[in-house]
Amino acid sequence: MSIKVGIPRGLWFYDYYPLWKTFYECLDAEVIISKPTNRKILDQGVKNTVDEACLPVKIFNGHVIDLKDRADYIFVPKMMSAYEREYICPKFCGLPEMVLHSIEGLPPLIDVEINFNKSRKNMADTIYKFGFYIIKDKRKINRAYCEALKNYRDYKNAIKKGILPIDGDLTEINGGKIYDRKIKKIMVIGHTYNIYDSYSSMNLLNKLKKNGVHIIVPEMIGFEHINRHAATLDKKMFWSFGRKLLGTSIYLAETRDVDGVIYISSFGCGIDSIIQYLFEKKSRKEGEIPFLLLTIDEHTGEAGINTRIEAFLDMIEWRKRYENNISTYG
Amino acid sequence: MKITFPHMGNQYVATKVLLEELGVDLVIPPPCSKNTLNIGVKYSPESICLPLKVNMGNYIQSINRGADTIVITGSCGPCRFGYYSIIQKELLSEAGYDIDIILLDPPQGDYKTFFDNIFKLTGTKNPYKIIRALKKAVTVINAVDDLESVTYYKRPREKAKGDVDRYYDAFHRGIRTVYGCREVLQLIKTTREKILSVEEDTTEEIIKIGIIGEIYTIIEPFVNLNIEKKLGDLGVEIDKSLKVSRWLKEHLFLNPLGLTSERKTWEASEPYLKTMIGGHARETIGYAVRYAKEGFDGVIQIYPLTCMPEIVAQSILPTIEKDHNIPYLCLIMDEMTGEAGYMTRLEAFVDLLRRRKGINEGEKLLFGY
Repeated sequence: MSIKVGIPRGLWFYDYYPLWKTFYECLDAEVIISKPTNRKILDQGVKNTVDEACLPVKIFNGHVIDLKDRADYIFVPKMMSAYEREYICPKFCGLPEMVLHSIEGLPPLIDVEINFNKSRKNMADTIYKFGFYIIKDKRKINRAYCEALKNYRDYKNAIKKGILPIDGDLTEINGGKIYDRKIKKIMVIGHTYNIYDSYSSMNLLNKLKKNGVHIIVPEMIGFEHINRHAATLDKKMFWSFGRKLLGTSIYLAETRDVDGVIYISSFGCGIDSIIQYLFEKKSRKEGEIPFLLLTIDEHTGEAGINTRIEAFLDMIEWRKRYENNISTYG
Repeated sequence: MKITFPHMGNQYVATKVLLEELGVDLVIPPPCSKNTLNIGVKYSPESICLPLKVNMGNYIQSINRGADTIVITGSCGPCRFGYYSIIQKELLSEAGYDIDIILLDPPQGDYKTFFDNIFKLTGTKNPYKIIRALKKAVTVINAVDDLESVTYYKRPREKAKGDVDRYYDAFHRGIRTVYGCREVLQLIKTTREKILSVEEDTTEEIIKIGIIGEIYTIIEPFVNLNIEKKLGDLGVEIDKSLKVSRWLKEHLFLNPLGLTSERKTWEASEPYLKTMIGGHARETIGYAVRYAKEGFDGVIQIYPLTCMPEIVAQSILPTIEKDHNIPYLCLIMDEMTGEAGYMTRLEAFVDLLRRRKGINEGEKLLFGY
C-alpha cells in the first residue's frame, strides 16, 4: 500500500501545491488534499490555535485537523526563505512548531527546513530530505523533482495568463476575454491564501466577476517589471511577499494602468501592517488610484463587505464616466 | 546638528554618554508618557505594533524640543523591526517634519554607507575616538543594568515600601542634569549604594518570576505599565530574559561577526523551536526553560499585540508549562491596555504562585517525616 501524504489547503498551498503534489505523486505516494475551507474547518482551527494568531494560521490548523486521521504524513515544511536575503513571515518560519504544539494526536509531520537566505546551494539536499520520507533512491527523487518543476512552471504560466487557482481549482477569471477599455479594471492584491481561499475572502473574486469587472493580480504584470521596480526601493524589502507588492505599487504609480486596487488583508498581519501603508502611499497618493482595504478575521460579516465592494465599484464607475469631462463653466 | 533617538528602558543613559563623549549635541526625549503614546498613535498606521507608535511619539516630542536629526538602528528581517527605519522616515515626512535621519542598519556587505553614517553621526573620522567613546558607553550600560538588577532584588525586600523607587526615580531625574561618562558613573555608584543600604524586611517570603517576551515591551517600563515595580510591591523578585546591555552586545558586536553569547539559551529552546524565526522568539522559549530549571516560581510573557515571533512562542509555551511544571501568564500590550485589569491579573497570578509554593513545601514536609 502506498504512503499517504496529506497536504493542507492553506498558507503556501496556492503558491506551491502543484510542485509538491506532483513531486510526491511521482514518488508513488498517495497525495490527499484537505477539503476546501468551510465552516467546520474554520471552527476547528479557531478552537485549536492561540487567540492572537491570524485568520490564515487558524484556517491552516483547521486543514491539518481535517487531514490528521486520513494521512500517514502531513506536509508542513518550515519555510524560512525562498530567495536570497529574503524571508517569509515569522509565522511561516515557526509553522511546524505552532502546529505541533497546538494540535494533539498528529501523524508525523514532513517539516523539512527550506532556507535559501544565504544561498541556493543547499537546494538539492533540501529536496532529498523531502523525498527521503517516501523513498531512499536519490535518482528517483531527482526525476520526480524535475517533473514537479515542469508542472509548477505550467501553473505559474497559467496564473500569469489570468487562470487563477480559486480554492485550488484553476479558473479562467476573466472568461478568456481580452480587456476592453470600457469596463473596470481592478487589481486584487494580498496574500495568496487570502485572495484564493473563497471562504475566507467571502468569495471576493467571484463577486467582482459577477459585477463584470476585469480582474488582474500582480503575477499578471510579470515579474520582470515587478523586480525592476522593487530594486528602486530605499532599503531592500526582506519579505518576498512585500517585495512583490511594493514593486507592483511603484509600477502602478508609474503606469496608472488600473482603475482601482482592492487590498485584502487579515487582521493582525504584521507584514500587511507595513506593506499596506507603503502600498497605499505609493499607489493612492502618488498614483491617484482608488484604493479599498478589506480586513478580514473570523468574525467578518459578509453584508458589510458587500456594501463596501459595491460602493467602491460605484465610485469607480462615476469616476470613469464623469471625471474626464471638463466643466464648461469658467 | 542636534541628535535624538528613541527610548528603550535605560538605553538612553548609554546613548547619552556615547554622544556626549564624542562632543555631539543631543536631545534626550522626555520619558515616555501617555502623551508620547497619543502623539505616536496619531501619526502611525493603525495596525502597526506598539513600539513604533511610542518611537514616533519620542521623535516628535524631541523635535519640539529642538532636535533636527534622528538616529535609528535596524535589522534585516524577518521581524517588522527591520523596516521600522523606512516607515518612520515616511511617517515623519508625512506628518510634516523635515528632518535628517541616520540609519544604522547591519551592513550586509555595504560597509561604505554603514561607516559613512557612523562618521556622520559621530562627527569625526578618528576611529580611536569613536572606539574610546563606545567603550565608555558599554561600561555605563553594564553599570546601569547592574543597578537595575539591584532594584529587582531590593524592591520585594524593602521594609518601607517605596524607598527603592524614591532613589531610583531620583537617579533618572539626575541623569538629565549631569554630563559625560565620569559624572554618570558617579551618579550610578551613589544611587547603587543608597539602594543597597535600604533596610530589609526578612519575614515575607520572596517569590521569583522570570519575565520573557518581546524585548521592547520587557525593557521599557512605560509600555509594560512598570511591571517590575508592580511585582516588586507584591513581594516578587524578577529577572528579565533580555537586557539592553545584552541586546547591544548581541546586536551590534557579535551578530555582525557571526557570533553569539546565547548558545546556552538556544540549546534550551532546541527541543521546542529549532531555528531562529526573527525577533526574540527563540530567546523567549529558551529562557522559559532556563528559568524553570533554575527554580523560578513562574514566568510571565509580555509582548505587543500582533507581534509575529511572539505569537509562535505563545503557542509553544503551554507545552513548556506542562513539561517543566512552571506556571505561565501571557500579557499582551497595546495602546488600549487598562491598568486595573492588568493589575488584577498580576495579583491573581502571584496569589496562585504563593499558594502553590505553600502546597509544594507542605508536601515536602510530609515526605520528610
